[in-house]
Amino acid sequence: MIIEHPLLGPRDSQEFTCLGDASLLQRPDAFAGDAADTFFDYQYLRDNPAGTHRELWYHEMGDRSWLVLTRDTRTHEILAVELASDVVTSGGRS
Amino acid sequence: MKKLGGYSGFRILREGLTGNRGWRPAWRDPEPQPAYDFVIVGGGGHGLATAYYLASRYGEASVAVLEKGWIGGGNVGRNTTIIRSNYLLPGNEPFYEFSLKLWEGLEQDLNYNAMVSQRGVYNLYHSDGQRDAYRRRGNAMILHGADAELLDAAQLRAEMPFLNFDNGRFPIQGALVQRRGGTVRHDAVAWGYARGADRRGVDIIQNCEVTGFRIQNGRCIGVETNRGFIAARKVGCAVAGSSSRVMQAAGMRLPIESHVLQAFVSEGLKPVIPGVVTYGAGHFYISQSDKGGLVFGGDIDMYNSYAQRGNLPVVEDVCEGGMTLMPMIGRARMVRMWGGIMDMSMDGSPIIDHTPVDGLYFNGGWCYGGFKATPASGYCFAHLLATDTPHETATAFRLDRFRRGMMIDEKGSGAQPNLH
Repeated sequence: MIIEHPLLGPRDSQEFTCLGDASLLQRPDAFAGDAADTFFDYQYLRDNPAGTHRELWYHEMGDRSWLVLTRDTRTHEILAVELASDVVTSGGRS
Repeated sequence: MKKLGGYSGFRILREGLTGNRGWRPAWRDPEPQPAYDFVIVGGGGHGLATAYYLASRYGEASVAVLEKGWIGGGNVGRNTTIIRSNYLLPGNEPFYEFSLKLWEGLEQDLNYNAMVSQRGVYNLYHSDGQRDAYRRRGNAMILHGADAELLDAAQLRAEMPFLNFDNGRFPIQGALVQRRGGTVRHDAVAWGYARGADRRGVDIIQNCEVTGFRIQNGRCIGVETNRGFIAARKVGCAVAGSSSRVMQAAGMRLPIESHVLQAFVSEGLKPVIPGVVTYGAGHFYISQSDKGGLVFGGDIDMYNSYAQRGNLPVVEDVCEGGMTLMPMIGRARMVRMWGGIMDMSMDGSPIIDHTPVDGLYFNGGWCYGGFKATPASGYCFAHLLATDTPHETATAFRLDRFRRGMMIDEKGSGAQPNLH
């Protein structure tokens, strides 16, 4: 797979490691009353879709940026690549 | 039901002398009935074994196995055929040892030649720390009634002189051997269980895809399929890499990610590798099939996938591992490679349990260890379905163990499925 890095252009996927579902960016509120439930969901449960999947990749052998890939898990086709920092800030977090 | 003849040496002789005209299909191709006591979703090794043990051990005759494609077309025909019970943790080892004992009696039980070959599984160690960890694991195995033996380099060299013992970075210091481990002809496992189940009245229905569950008042009363509704008293799902997709239809999210694992086979060679060898310092393991092909593999591709095919970086990684461990492998040509979809769980261990929906049961999360578990998985799932209590060797494989903090994490790598 070739990943179109937003800053560096096309890079071989071998330079990256994959962490998993991009929902890991949305860490629950540890001080909320239902924190035990929300953290269980966050840590252990996955949608695991057959189809479009948003997931976190780390450019370990490159610029050490975190990316959010939108990828089809049935074909491995990469549909979009964003910087994880952009995804987080556009979601209203700093 | 039409009686299907048993298999024996005498039968082969008789058929050979009469033009082989007496062989019949090994299982029927029935139309689905409107209702069964038990419906098993998934006609892979685990589903077929579950149906077989339900019928043979628990006396349940009204059983159907629903398979969306053809039986044995998924992971039971895609794995690298290894059986072993070399686990460390108390939640795992009794189960896998139970499985290995079932393998040892499988062919007599099924009246089917599955080519069970106890040629030994050799886990190589490359450092003092790894040797100590293997010694601990070997002792844990022995305490649970399995066999284990620790070899030093000289003992291992006598058995496998072709290994690259003096590698500068990862010299081979020895191996933990389980001599009762080995390989099994994997397709024959699916066919043997299918034939055994069929002869006991189980309906094996191929090309029948489950598209949903009919749930009333919190109870599953049957499955919707592309061949109509099939009612069931109890429904058990054993669908491996498709677990998340199928259970989503029952409103469940699972502690599972689907990943692709690749495997490879070389051209046929004369016997050269006596057992199963795993490299302790790289992603590589290998055995030789009875046809002569070197069967080998490595790690998963590390990203979620339902594609049943992987990518080239892992091919390169596996071949590098092979060349490091046994340079002679460079002379062999690789002829085939393929992928299977692994239901990677959050602690690397499986689930055999009730679900929150009454009458619906789940068997999955086998990661890449499902094949060796086939007999015990089927037996324990049948026990759960028939009695509503977990089998004594499978009490730890609970679906809610992640919420309760009772993980069975052999590797200690945490809730990171692609690292198990």
